[in-house]
Amino acid sequence: MTMSAPILQGKRLVVKRGGITVLDIPDFEIKKGGVLSLIGPNGSGKSTLLLTLSCLLKLYKGTLIFNGRQINNRQSELDYRRQIAVVFQDPLLFDTTVLENVSAGLKIRGVDKRERTRIAEDYLERMGIPHLAKRSACKLSGGEAQRTSIARAFAIRPAILFLDEPFSALDPPTHEGLISDLNRLLQETDTTAVMATHDQMDALRLSDRIAVLQQGKVAQTGSADMVMNHPINEFVASFVGMDTVLTGTVREILEGDRMILAVGKREIEAVGDLPKGEDVLCFVRPENVILSTDSPAEHSSARNTFSGRIVRIAPHGLFYRVDLNCGFDLISYITRSSLDSLGLREGQTVKASFKATAIHVIKKSS
Amino acid sequence: MELILQGFLKAIELLVSLDPEVLGITLLSLRVSGTATLISLFLGISSGTAVALTRFPGRKFVVSLINTGMGLPPVVVGLFVTIFLWRNGPFGFLEILYTPTAIIIAQAVIATPIVTGITLAAIQNLPPNLRLQILALGATRIQMLWLLIREARLPLLAAVMAGFGGVISEVGASIMVGGNIKGYSRVLTTATVMETGRGNFDTAIALSIILLLLAYMINYLLTRIQQRERPR
Repeated sequence: MTMSAPILQGKRLVVKRGGITVLDIPDFEIKKGGVLSLIGPNGSGKSTLLLTLSCLLKLYKGTLIFNGRQINNRQSELDYRRQIAVVFQDPLLFDTTVLENVSAGLKIRGVDKRERTRIAEDYLERMGIPHLAKRSACKLSGGEAQRTSIARAFAIRPAILFLDEPFSALDPPTHEGLISDLNRLLQETDTTAVMATHDQMDALRLSDRIAVLQQGKVAQTGSADMVMNHPINEFVASFVGMDTVLTGTVREILEGDRMILAVGKREIEAVGDLPKGEDVLCFVRPENVILSTDSPAEHSSARNTFSGRIVRIAPHGLFYRVDLNCGFDLISYITRSSLDSLGLREGQTVKASFKATAIHVIKKSS
Repeated sequence: MELILQGFLKAIELLVSLDPEVLGITLLSLRVSGTATLISLFLGISSGTAVALTRFPGRKFVVSLINTGMGLPPVVVGLFVTIFLWRNGPFGFLEILYTPTAIIIAQAVIATPIVTGITLAAIQNLPPNLRLQILALGATRIQMLWLLIREARLPLLAAVMAGFGGVISEVGASIMVGGNIKGYSRVLTTATVMETGRGNFDTAIALSIILLLLAYMINYLLTRIQQRERPR
């Protein structure tokens, strides 16, 4: 894999609000292609970083470099803003027709009417809302409005698409439909995107890289699995949740809503009815992972039994957190007394098991 | 009662016969108040938008000043415009006191804070992120301002109505700076005051009806534009 050059670089980005530093990031890069998610709790600075990177927020200090060129005056700012698009949490549509809304960015760029209508109609089609073209944007449902907003952003054919909590205001089914359509459109158009979200599920489903923000700083950046399974510190661990996240594929469908998933070189049985060959994410809650030192011959009631090596044992609240390597990463929580009675130590090989019903499986969109 | 009935009959007669004097007064009223409203729209929309979009020390004071200005008594405006345009006043050299131009100036001074105040409220009522969204769509500052004003167009039409309604019906300033000169600076309101004072109630009623009809027609037109069917 070749390292692609960063399309956007931020150097020494500092944003202050009312004298308080809300963002302080020495170095930030967005590589061409793929989706980067900015995650973190409220007030961690993810939206601030997103607005800073999209050149909509006044910097206290720092510079943005787009395709090797520094953005340092009004003209370069405008040129940059004409290369990007931003989708906000609220659709922020104009009080006119849906078609006019989707072509608004093109109109601002002076694209002639026939051309911009053609492009706008194309993206309405791709977002699955061509029938709304003549409708007033004020009379749309939340989901339709956000689709219009996304179509408007894509119609510009941006070099970078920024999404600021794009699904937060939507109900679950609308959310679900929109996320898969957005993902498809991102793939089809090969658009580089940056999304701020507090929802780690959204981040996992859409992005290949994740940056976790903590109090205006980047706590960790890396591939989705890396950040989820190897949180760099307690903060990241507590924010991303303690689930083990595994990527896999549906290998076989069994009777009674059960399926066999291929995860790395291992097979896991889970509950669900996804089609064969589908790429999935599996979440295993650490409290559902049972450890034992039984001999391999003995059979446990759980079908998913794996032998693994203990990588690390660390206290975690009332429990102990045991990181295992079973050919894939697995985390288990055990009580102090189990730890003592099993006599576990790092480097030891143990059996880990969990029930098929204890795994949460979702379709991975990309 | 007979007085009122007579007044109405006279009014209808004046209207139907298109009395040249009444017609002249009406057209002057329209021209003067229309011009004053246009000036106030230009000044009020730009300054209202500017105040709505910027943060500066003393902003609250400016906003309260604008809001006070929305209820500026016409006689006070008339007084100060008269002082400024007086022969020995700072703008006395212009020699425009007791002309329709002076009325336009006074009425523009009355209407501008009204338009500014309503514009301020209208722009502030837009979603706060809309400005960022417009910039993110690649707009220049000018394009952004234009799009914001266009988004606020419905409340801004209310500003037009309030501004025009305020000046077409105002009498204090017009009489002070215009002088109610027959055939020259006499407008509907000043003429009504004069005819009432003389006891010519029939003419006064006729002028009032014209004034009401005029105000009604203009506002009806603007309301139609404001409330016109949106695309479905």
